[in-house]
Amino acid sequence: MTTVTPFRSQAGPVKGGFRQELHAEWTKFRTVRGWIIAMLVAVLVIVGLGLFAAGGSGSSCQVSTGQSATGHNPASASTTCPGTTFPVGPGGEPVTDDFYFVHQPLAGNGSITVRVTSLSGLLPANVASGSPGTKPGLLPWSKAGIIIKDGTSQGSAYAAMTVTGANGVRMQWNYTHDTPGLAGSVSAASPRWLRLVRTGATITGYDSDDGTHWAQVGTASLAGLPSTVQAGLFATSPDDQSFSQTFGGTNGQGMPTQDTAVFDHVSLSSAPAGAWAGGYVGEANMPGVGGYHQAGGRFAVTGSGDIAPIVPGPTGNAAGPTPSVITIYLIGTFAGLVVVIVVAVMFMTAEYRRGLIRITLSASPRRGRVLAAKALVIGAAGFVAGLVAAAAAVLGAVRLAQSRGQAAFPVSWPTDVRVIVGTAALVAVAAVLALALGAMLRRSVGAVTLVIAVVVVPYFLAATAALPAGAAEWLLRITPAAGFAVQQAAPRYAQVSALYTPASGYPPLAPWAGLAVLCGWTVLALGGAAYLLRRRDA
Amino acid sequence: MSQAGQVPAVGVARVPDVLHAEWTKLRTLAGTFWLLAGAVAVTIAVSAAACAATTCSSLGCQADPGKVSLTGVQVGQAIVAIIGVLAISTEYSSGLIRVTLTAMPHRGWVLAAKAALVGGLVLAVSAVAVLGSVLAGQLILPGHGFTAAHGFAALSLDEAPVLRAACGSVLYLALIALLSLGVAVAVRDSAAAIGTVLALLYLFPVIAAVISNQHWQRHLEQISPMTAGLYIQATVGVRTLPLTPWQGLGVLGLWAAGALLLGGLVLRLRDA
Repeated sequence: MTTVTPFRSQAGPVKGGFRQELHAEWTKFRTVRGWIIAMLVAVLVIVGLGLFAAGGSGSSCQVSTGQSATGHNPASASTTCPGTTFPVGPGGEPVTDDFYFVHQPLAGNGSITVRVTSLSGLLPANVASGSPGTKPGLLPWSKAGIIIKDGTSQGSAYAAMTVTGANGVRMQWNYTHDTPGLAGSVSAASPRWLRLVRTGATITGYDSDDGTHWAQVGTASLAGLPSTVQAGLFATSPDDQSFSQTFGGTNGQGMPTQDTAVFDHVSLSSAPAGAWAGGYVGEANMPGVGGYHQAGGRFAVTGSGDIAPIVPGPTGNAAGPTPSVITIYLIGTFAGLVVVIVVAVMFMTAEYRRGLIRITLSASPRRGRVLAAKALVIGAAGFVAGLVAAAAAVLGAVRLAQSRGQAAFPVSWPTDVRVIVGTAALVAVAAVLALALGAMLRRSVGAVTLVIAVVVVPYFLAATAALPAGAAEWLLRITPAAGFAVQQAAPRYAQVSALYTPASGYPPLAPWAGLAVLCGWTVLALGGAAYLLRRRDA
Repeated sequence: MSQAGQVPAVGVARVPDVLHAEWTKLRTLAGTFWLLAGAVAVTIAVSAAACAATTCSSLGCQADPGKVSLTGVQVGQAIVAIIGVLAISTEYSSGLIRVTLTAMPHRGWVLAAKAALVGGLVLAVSAVAVLGSVLAGQLILPGHGFTAAHGFAALSLDEAPVLRAACGSVLYLALIALLSLGVAVAVRDSAAAIGTVLALLYLFPVIAAVISNQHWQRHLEQISPMTAGLYIQATVGVRTLPLTPWQGLGVLGLWAAGALLLGGLVLRLRDA
């Protein structure tokens, strides 16, 4: 009896596992010429559309070329952009600074105290129809109170204690800061006492409902405040804006409003007490409105306008288009993403189409690691493409917009970096999601359509306002398209009424939270892909 | 010798044969039925959801009831595009195209037969989808303020603009299928083809939405296959559109014709 021993290879398993798999997948990716070209196309599309957005958005800019009488000698070209110049606040942000100011100089340290007994106003009768006529009423952010300001030029530093239409007493300073004080509206029965105290560059705000018990509301540090400032009473009321959300578009319409506040017990700790002077800082939103009436110790101040940062996006303001935010220079991301999604899906489905998957899985039988290697390669490729494209698009478009004399909305450099790196991450993660769905469905068409349907189409529906804002917000919370939130750069202010909808650049989620939703979906898809890759025959 | 040399008579494939062959391929493709059913279901569902989400208050409303009730077309077109792409790209991925072209060497006829069948099939199915959408609009919109009190006539196919919007939407979907077919013949790979078609459709509207320059915006909308094509859905404010509804559909028709022409050229000039 002879026993036949079956042949067993003496060669051990191949060492170096994952690095080799990574190398193999990278070789597969880089040697398909079409994919490399496609990635370059994606970069070019993102950059090209970004430059187009910067160059083509100068709606109100006219480039006038001066020519000599003979017409042969083009002299100087000048760009004028009416409507794109805004006062700039101390923080460098564009601001609205229009209010009626009853003031006198305040030299050195000192304080101003008043009692407000009434705040009333006039609103347009019907903003949506634009019909003339007014009705009594206040906006939530109609403001009147006391203010200490560095002169009377627009955009200068200030600190104010103000009563509002519906937001109680607030201390606001330098346009972007806002701290709540006493709640409730002001009336003769429940007046509000307001006080501002200047000590050097520090201004402290107090409020009280009886004039004896004072509570500190906030402290503002105004750098570079001169020794003599203007202190006094102000009143201002923003435009009443109406947004009609229709299927396929948002129409904004704004009409000016005015408010009137009644002050008494006005005391200014300056010696000697000067005379009050009244006048507009900036100009009235409502032409011809504004002024003050003094009788005994009682002041009635009427104004129209706003003291607030400008919020980008559609507004009913007559002031013209608001400046662009860097987000719109990345509008091409969605087109570039379509290209990257196609490549990422093919990176997986091409293996099935060509039967290469059987060789791949024979060479490295641990299927999960094959998937991981593929995800790493396509993710890295997507990240690099996204980073190059986003950086070039933002930097190039900002330069181009500036050279055309357009005010770009200033954002801090961490925001710039977050938007650029976030865009790269968005492209990378979406590519991995596409790869995973390609592995699950194995069919290119289904996978590409599904990824585009969940990543690009919700963004499309929200960006073009094809959906009502509520529905668009829900889509951008739960679908992978939430990842686009990482590109938001427009600041949001609680103290400014505006249309904070996805279509105007305000996605419902915070930047990284939105990207986390996309990552969550991608992890789920990768898990499903790994499971199916192990379970099914190749 | 002479007997053995006789070749059995081979029938030359004629146009009806090509049509029959293509019809068999299309009909027996597993996904075709589900895709067509999906296109109808998605179109009607999205239309109904859009009708339910749009309200017209007494403050005034610029919504176009015809357009709202046909919103589903904007999403259903993605599935129609898949049908158009798959009609040819599966032949390339399976290698069947070589058999097809051997049987029918006149390549132009193959593409023409495919175009006629895909176009006809999508035409029939879109008619169902569009009728369902209009019906949804008729049932839902009056409850959302689209009543005579706000100046809206009932959404009825008796009205010429509504009829135009409905018929035009059916044609729109058929043209999307032809555009997809043309792109797929030119590109061959299904993933690249569907990506190209969807990018082509959704790209222009998004760019137009962020460009504040009115001049550029208008031109972009005029050449955009989707935006211009969907002008056919307008039932109110037709005069304010950059193009007339039929001109808009014509723009999409030009895109589809261009894609088919390009596809036919590639099919002739390249090896399969």
